[in-house]
Amino acid sequence: MKLTKHQTYTLIALAVFGVFAFLADSFFDAFTLRVFNLCAIYIVLSLSLNLLNGFTGLFSLGHAGFMAVGAYVCALLTMPPELKEMNFFLAPMVPFLKGITLPFLPSIIIGGLAAAFVGFIIGAPVLRLRDDYLAIATLAFSEIIRVLITNAQTITNGAQGLKGLPRFSTTFVVWTAAGLVTLFMFLLMRSSYGRAMKAVRDDELAAEAMGIDVFKVKVTSFTVSSFIAGIGGALLGHMITTIDPKMFTFLLTFNILLIVVLGGTGSISGSVIASIVITILMEVLRFLDEPMNLIVIQTNGLPGLRMVVFSIMLMIVVIFRQRGLMGGKEFSWDMVSAFWSKIKTRKGGRHA
Amino acid sequence: MPEIMLKTDNVIMKFGGLTAVSELNIEIKKNEIVGLIGPNGAGKTTAFNVITGMYYPTSGKVLYKNTDITGFKPHSITELGIARTFQNIRLFKELTVLENVLVGCHIGINSGIFSATLHTPAYRKREKEAHEFAMTLLKEVGLESAAYEKATSLPYGKQRRLEIVRALATRPSMLLLDEPAAGMNPQESLELMELIRRLRSEFDLTIFLIEHHMQVVMGVCDHMYVLDYGVTIAHGDPASIQKNPKVIEAYLGVD
Repeated sequence: MKLTKHQTYTLIALAVFGVFAFLADSFFDAFTLRVFNLCAIYIVLSLSLNLLNGFTGLFSLGHAGFMAVGAYVCALLTMPPELKEMNFFLAPMVPFLKGITLPFLPSIIIGGLAAAFVGFIIGAPVLRLRDDYLAIATLAFSEIIRVLITNAQTITNGAQGLKGLPRFSTTFVVWTAAGLVTLFMFLLMRSSYGRAMKAVRDDELAAEAMGIDVFKVKVTSFTVSSFIAGIGGALLGHMITTIDPKMFTFLLTFNILLIVVLGGTGSISGSVIASIVITILMEVLRFLDEPMNLIVIQTNGLPGLRMVVFSIMLMIVVIFRQRGLMGGKEFSWDMVSAFWSKIKTRKGGRHA
Repeated sequence: MPEIMLKTDNVIMKFGGLTAVSELNIEIKKNEIVGLIGPNGAGKTTAFNVITGMYYPTSGKVLYKNTDITGFKPHSITELGIARTFQNIRLFKELTVLENVLVGCHIGINSGIFSATLHTPAYRKREKEAHEFAMTLLKEVGLESAAYEKATSLPYGKQRRLEIVRALATRPSMLLLDEPAAGMNPQESLELMELIRRLRSEFDLTIFLIEHHMQVVMGVCDHMYVLDYGVTIAHGDPASIQKNPKVIEAYLGVD
């Protein structure tokens, strides 16, 4: 097979990144490595939300709930019995779960499937709603999931959460997952099924008149998205090594939504780029939350200032680039060369 | 005697106290072009929506090739072979012209989400066929050069034609056109009617179309139904319709 110039560029870029990720373990310190791997997890999460919000046009705010399902199911399967014993000190764990210990790969897949199942069960009634109503209903269901987890003491250890999970989310694992999900999204969107989803997003009535079973497409999209969200949640849990119900509040959904909107709804590469940029910024801007000495003004730590900055960024994007960074388009090398020549002519113009 | 494609049996559609369509009895034979005309608000689009499953009639039946399709979901009706266009253009805005047509091929491609995502050989073969079919259709109406442009960037008249082509992509045996000539000047309307006649013979279609300018459809229809306030006030061939005093009254008003 002969490659075009642009395909070669893409392959080179991927290879360079692969080597970089492979070496990351050895030259990054623990903190930087964690941020680097968090980028990969956010890629998984933002793509799963973009599948709903950007490609199928379903405004869902319930992502944290599906992540929680994935994270809990996977964690309960991977934890060895002694660890479970240690965690469940308030009330003993149900005996049936106590004995099970599975390797990471089957656990994470079962975690994803559990999230998909919950998504399917919730999706069937909820997807009859539209727009804001759908957003509210999914948000409510995600809170219900959280409350259930908090109160199922003998299964989930309630508000104490699960501590000391084995650290299975290595650099290799998270970036492989991110790569696979990105590839899956690209292939899905290039298939007739992806086209059907976009058709549903653009005009439901017309899609139905084209013979597309709109409801089935919506439920499929919701289920697949929940599956990926579950995988992302499981990866997150096994990276932080601690999960508790408070982790999966609306704020987590908001973070992912922020990435999707800033990157561009309906753009896979937009989500990938925004995941990396936002995750790094979230850490870099952490100094904003701490006490600051600006010579004139001294603050004694304003927790949450970081989020103010992100909210402002979101507003700026909404005002100046309604469709986000990539504006629904995909990254292409033509875009890079166009951008490059624009800069060049600008410089040239200054000289003249 | 040619086969009867579509028949409505005493269809009544009420919205609360308003009867939008009352006792509609239509019979369309194979390869006919039948017009449904009437002043604004006569219930023409409502009749279309009942036939294509968008509304469930208050009473009465819709029969397609002698099977009762009343209450079928719109997408199943499309699968059975009835395709439609809309009065206000409803293209998929973010998709290209070609992709719009390919969406119509979705039922033809007929593969599950996994084989489609994995691009299995069987799927690829079907996708390729769909691609070729879509391009042939676009050529048919002179849109092949715009295949990779965004659908909404096309001028109005071409968007109308794209909608018809997109409906044809579902491989229908019956095509329902809701005011295909809306917003066109007389010359464009005549060209469109010519196109409709050509498509009928090339794709072996039966066509049912709505229009409220009587002149536009006079030349192309084999048979016409006239609605006024939901009531069928006349039906017959175009010449007799033109002379019918009730029709003249509905259109011009009588003191």
